[in-house]
Amino acid sequence: MARSDIATPGRRTWRKPPFIANPWLRHGLWLAVIAYLVWAFGSLPFNWERIGEGLPRAARIFGGGFPPSFERGALLLTGFKESFQIAILATLLGVALSIPFAVMAARNIAPLPIYLVGRAVIIVSRSFHPVIVAILFVAAVGFGPLAGILTLTLYSIGFVGKLLAEEIEEIDWGQVEAMRATGAGYLATLVYAVFPQILPRQVGLSMYQLDSNLRASAVVGIVGAGGIGGTLMNAFGRYDYDFAFAILLIIIAVILVSEGVSGWVRKKIW
Amino acid sequence: MLEISKLVKRYGRDEPVLKELDLVVEGSSVISIVGASGAGKSTMLRCINRLVEPTSGSIRLNGTELVTLRGAALRRARRKIGMIFQGFNLIDRLTVMENVLAGRLGYVNLFQAVTRRYPQTDIERAFTLMERVGIAHYADKRADALSGGERQRVGVVRALMQEPEILLADEPTASLDPRTSEQIMMLLQSLASELSLPVLINIHNVAQAKAYTERIVGLRHGKMIFDGTPADFDKEALDAIYGGIEVPDEDEDEAPKPPARFVTQEASDGPL
Amino acid sequence: MVDHADALADRVWRRYDRRGRLIRFAVLLVTLMGIVWAVRDIDIFWPWVWDAPNQISSLGARMWPPDPSRLGVILEAMLETVHIATLATLLTIFIALPVSYIAAQNTTPNRFCLWLGRLILVSSRSVNTIIWALLFVAIFGPGVLAGILAIMFRSIGFIGKLMGEAIEEIDRRPVEAMEATGASRLKVIAYAVVPQVMPAFFAIVILRWDINIRESTVLGLVGAGGIGVLLQGAIDTFAWPTVATILIAIVVLVLIGEAITGLLRRKAI
Repeated sequence: MARSDIATPGRRTWRKPPFIANPWLRHGLWLAVIAYLVWAFGSLPFNWERIGEGLPRAARIFGGGFPPSFERGALLLTGFKESFQIAILATLLGVALSIPFAVMAARNIAPLPIYLVGRAVIIVSRSFHPVIVAILFVAAVGFGPLAGILTLTLYSIGFVGKLLAEEIEEIDWGQVEAMRATGAGYLATLVYAVFPQILPRQVGLSMYQLDSNLRASAVVGIVGAGGIGGTLMNAFGRYDYDFAFAILLIIIAVILVSEGVSGWVRKKIW
Repeated sequence: MLEISKLVKRYGRDEPVLKELDLVVEGSSVISIVGASGAGKSTMLRCINRLVEPTSGSIRLNGTELVTLRGAALRRARRKIGMIFQGFNLIDRLTVMENVLAGRLGYVNLFQAVTRRYPQTDIERAFTLMERVGIAHYADKRADALSGGERQRVGVVRALMQEPEILLADEPTASLDPRTSEQIMMLLQSLASELSLPVLINIHNVAQAKAYTERIVGLRHGKMIFDGTPADFDKEALDAIYGGIEVPDEDEDEAPKPPARFVTQEASDGPL
Repeated sequence: MVDHADALADRVWRRYDRRGRLIRFAVLLVTLMGIVWAVRDIDIFWPWVWDAPNQISSLGARMWPPDPSRLGVILEAMLETVHIATLATLLTIFIALPVSYIAAQNTTPNRFCLWLGRLILVSSRSVNTIIWALLFVAIFGPGVLAGILAIMFRSIGFIGKLMGEAIEEIDRRPVEAMEATGASRLKVIAYAVVPQVMPAFFAIVILRWDINIRESTVLGLVGAGGIGVLLQGAIDTFAWPTVATILIAIVVLVLIGEAITGLLRRKAI
């Protein structure tokens, strides 16, 4: 549908067809967006007085936090060691469990009832923020790394499972057809046509999830599920900003290294 | 007029890909550049509009030395050089019209470019050119919805929108089926004479080169070893250019080997 | 003439060559060692592990049936949560896009910008939203501003990194073609880069909004506004049935969020 106007001979105009063709919808959408922004900002409670005190407070905090203090290094190390352990075990369990759930939750290789179950499990695993799940596990099994591992396993299943399921749904179907054409059964097809396509991504996802879990383990500690998060929470609570800053720096460093390693490994696998 | 003299391109400390190439193109003629893969055809073409940086040598287009240009001057010079690519190099998600108008990017300002408010003359010219090549009815279609031949025609119109002084075509038909590639070659040949435009075409298909162009330049390992009319391009020339290519460290001064592969390819590449 | 049978007999096929097998073995070994160390060294009282399913189900029992009495307040808090997530995501776009541009190797103007961009993205990503929230609550006091800022600071890294990768993965051929027409840097970006990263952009922003909805639900646990405040209150007072109601509300919210993002993804991409 070329928008060319040939009423005047020799004079043809052209304007870029807008993203949303219907002008009512287009303008309506803009209005809706603006209306929402006004409403949202208006209805949120801002304590302007307290916010005003923010900048001087920030100065005090950053002043107190600089330079970072590594005096209680031993505490740091124990905290991190625990975070590592939680991350490793949770990733292992989570990734292992995510494969069957992902296969179940892929529309193109699972029959409908199984697909629904798989999807449901993954959605429930994803719905709750790990912190909430951590609080619940802490209430159930007590403080400590066990709650952390359980939390992050669930988290991993939700995350890796969903991405893996989507990956499976997007595979090149031609390879599956080719395997079927040779007379291969369901499992053989799975292993030869599906897994090789998703395996690099699965390894990548696992490394990414290890990374993610390392990060998350720092956080679930804030509510008592073990790891460096607890150490951080204590530091904040005691206004030990210089120690807190030290912990943060190490967290960032560890995450950087972990990301670097996982990126390197993923590249090697590709 | 295009004058290339002593053009050298070398990557790092490897063998130079282009070895002191000289080429003069006068007036509006259609010239095909033939050679095996790796002979340097693509590199040479890209040195002209500086998509590849020449190591040394000179390239003058209508008096302007291109090799030393920088920044805005380089962009102004590039406006005058139209290029057509083997992979079409279109912007798939944009419409044909936007792709074609992109040829004017060297002439409009940023605001016009981003808001797609091109001058009316550009739009007129776009429609005229699109009608000439037969794609005007696709103006608002996404570029990736077109077939290969149609996409290349979009590429041709885009290049012509620049009002170029020379047209470079880097294996424009290599990705097309035989019939479509004939159509494109015919199109380039007629456009060249209609617009009095010099056209340099990199091409594999020797038969098409002979049929549609007036002058054939043969490259081998970065050196020009043939420059003549299609009539002069005989079996000996073919052997010299393509013979024994599968042995890369072969000494070029050796007598050309019997090119069993290439004779059969020439026979099967005849016009449909 | 070549004797084919002989030549074929010497050829063996292995899936991985010697070096490949060594590497795979080494990796497996290291992984196993890591796991064994983690299991043995961790500070877990193993009897509790076997008791865990019991404990979990007993907690579940205490939460049943969910208590609907405070539904009104809960819904208000949910709305606040959505606002925090949405506003923060929108504001983030304006900051994340320029950062992603300078953090992409093929579009960054110079090495310093590349380094700066990556530094910003890495710091943003390495500090969890809750930790950002802790910081902002300490600075600006409890309330939604801390929440919005926390979400923003975390999202910049997420959106910026993924957009940067999308920019680095574009097909370079349209870029080449635009440069050949004599277009300046910005015009090349507008025509060759932007259209190619548009689908990724929408997908990334929609994904991050989805994640932010989830993150916003817990911000209140450290005082940064939203439903988390109510949740913390209910847990502190051991009002488990109320906790259950809040959790159900959160699930519903997340489901609605997923439905909306699914819809948007189909429409916009």
